[in-house]
Amino acid sequence: MRNERTASRRDFLRNCLAGAVGLAVADQPVALDAAEPVTSLGKSRVVIAQDAQMRGAGTGVDGGRVLSLLDHAMQRLFNARDPIQPWIRMVRPGQMVAVKVNTLGGRGLSTNVQLVEAICERLQAAGIRAQDIVIWDRDSAELERAGFRVRTGASQVQCFGTDRVGFEEDLVSYGSVGSRLSKILTQRCDVLINVPVLKDHDGAGVSIALKNMYGVIHNPNKYHPNGCDPYVADVNMLPEIRSRLRLHICDATTACFEGGPAFKPQFAWQQNALIISQDPVALDTIGWQTIERKRAEKGLKTLAAEDRTPRYIATAADADHQLGTNDPRRIELVETRGS
Amino acid sequence: MQSDYSLPHTEEPRVPISAVKRDPAFSALDRRSFLMCAMSAGAAGSIHQLARPLKAMPVWNNEQKQDDAQFTVEAQFYQKLPNKKVKCKLCPRECAVGDRERGYCGVRENRNGTYYSLVHSRVCAAHVDPIEKKPLFHYLPGTMAFSLATAGCNVNCKFCQNWNISQARPEQAPAQYVPPKRVAELAVQYRCPTIAYTYSEPVVFSEFLMDAADAGHEAGIRSIVVSNGYMQEEALRAAYGKMDAVKIDLKSFSESYYRNVVTGQLKPVLDSIVTLRKLDKWTEIVYLVVPTLNDSDVEFRGLARWVKQNVGADVPLHFTQFHPDYLLKNLPITPIPTLERARDIALAEGLHYVYIGNVPGHPAENTYCPQCRRMLVERVGLEIRQMLIHKGECPFCKHTIPGVWHV
Ligand code: SF4
Repeated sequence: MRNERTASRRDFLRNCLAGAVGLAVADQPVALDAAEPVTSLGKSRVVIAQDAQMRGAGTGVDGGRVLSLLDHAMQRLFNARDPIQPWIRMVRPGQMVAVKVNTLGGRGLSTNVQLVEAICERLQAAGIRAQDIVIWDRDSAELERAGFRVRTGASQVQCFGTDRVGFEEDLVSYGSVGSRLSKILTQRCDVLINVPVLKDHDGAGVSIALKNMYGVIHNPNKYHPNGCDPYVADVNMLPEIRSRLRLHICDATTACFEGGPAFKPQFAWQQNALIISQDPVALDTIGWQTIERKRAEKGLKTLAAEDRTPRYIATAADADHQLGTNDPRRIELVETRGS
Repeated sequence: MQSDYSLPHTEEPRVPISAVKRDPAFSALDRRSFLMCAMSAGAAGSIHQLARPLKAMPVWNNEQKQDDAQFTVEAQFYQKLPNKKVKCKLCPRECAVGDRERGYCGVRENRNGTYYSLVHSRVCAAHVDPIEKKPLFHYLPGTMAFSLATAGCNVNCKFCQNWNISQARPEQAPAQYVPPKRVAELAVQYRCPTIAYTYSEPVVFSEFLMDAADAGHEAGIRSIVVSNGYMQEEALRAAYGKMDAVKIDLKSFSESYYRNVVTGQLKPVLDSIVTLRKLDKWTEIVYLVVPTLNDSDVEFRGLARWVKQNVGADVPLHFTQFHPDYLLKNLPITPIPTLERARDIALAEGLHYVYIGNVPGHPAENTYCPQCRRMLVERVGLEIRQMLIHKGECPFCKHTIPGVWHV
């Protein structure tokens, strides 16, 4: 990913990072061992950071503005005084970090490449070696269709699909789910960062943070009946996934309110936002509300009226799962605008 | 999904598989390769190597790419819906599949509003097996079946013994391109009078099955299928209408078991069995007895009565022994007395041919004349020791023994 940047972008990043790295070294905050939601009075914090100018005059996203928006959102989420500190709290040098993107929607509706570049930049600034970062999804060809460049060479950020390495032979199971896990997760990842897309889903209702973990297992097709409930919650309970997940950065630069998960231009909109949380249930709850608002604006029925309520979100919050909260009273929503 | 390649009494094929192995076009489908296929999704080695220079990377077989055109044909049984969605009409699940998504079985994909099978000619498992291994006991006993599978299944039985291929997507189960004509040629070459579609779930590779059956019939080779019968009637008539014999895995006689253990439904399976008999297909039924889950007297009796009333007392019924596997590892092997109890109940209800399976050497592996009670076919495991049926009759009392006994 890094080699693709232009000189001006590199300069921009260098300027942004210069002071921050020094601060990180001086502070040496303790890294989190597992997802430890930043909370205020026992609430899960969800940050929506929006930048209406993200695209400038064109249709493409400006990489510099995305990085800036990411920094802004992360600092709000972690109450951090500089852009690197949140990352230092999540990762330690020497760890392997996997960035799970969503590329089902091709170029139109996949995790934004510039956003992922920005995340990789911050991970490196936090001391993670480029070759210890892997950007991944289930299939390398899908990654390429979404605009990523498959890379496996030394000393660079890795980018490839599970098709390159396969799945573990042994099954892991929780509740209704029995699956084999991507070897990228099990062998190439100490810390998992989830970077889904804000999407409507014809079967599940919505596909945001929780459902993006279907890309980790070998048999997601088996878990689409009944609106993916309780399967999505059960997949997220698999210890190999849960113990590695630190952060969810939902890409809502381009989102979809109907006809998902594939890209259909007539149902996509430019929200120009990131939705970030350490609580995937709270994030999905907020993301779902965002999609419902857009549906109402477009004169569409609610998901409930279409019998597509994403019930798995409530299941993920129930006493058996406790993956987070879907109770609005326990979600601290921070809405902010990037400059 | 049935389990006929990995049972405890599995034997080496009578036609040496080494002969198959020698065939250059089929070199990767020997027994060892088959087992490797079943496990290969997890066999790519440590991926830490991926951060090293490319030459050190494990080589993944690019022939297995999911979009490999040679395996992809338009599906036969589906309906186009608005917004590039499709509804599959192959099995009762009727998956409504959005663009770029797959159905429940994982082997059918919507591409821009057209539905495709990804497994035509995509053979991930092949063996030369005794037909008794299917099991078919009243159909060409003592012969070999050229047996093959693709990845995928339209249910998810918690006890599946072949889950490595049945619950895999095609790209996760390394396969060979074996087009229908080649299947027929191989069956001829290895002197198999039948091609058997088996191991995973043939419902999900119906297009390939139909083409292979046609190619086989042109070459004088019959076709048999080992299936869960969870299929829509139109597709069943079209696909299994081309079969010469069918073995149905009737997994239970209760809807709740089908819902909770199989992830399917009972009623469509019963309907399929009735339809197959109406189509005059030779049909045998296997019932895997899982301790505590489907082994009550009530269920055995209900099953036997249904068989007698709906398809007749002459349809062979096999009660087979469960072995812990996949997601049901917490239950014991079925006790032999349980299997004997099931058989006793079915016989008492008036069924004529009730067998016990997966228990090599058990006397209930043999075929007995329902009239004079004499033994007509002696089996030990997959081997026929004696075959006394002559011209479809008991040699002792001349009672007609239903089945297809000779090639
Ligand atoms: S055959 Fe496959 S895609 Fe079709 S309805 Fe059945 S499970 Fe769904």
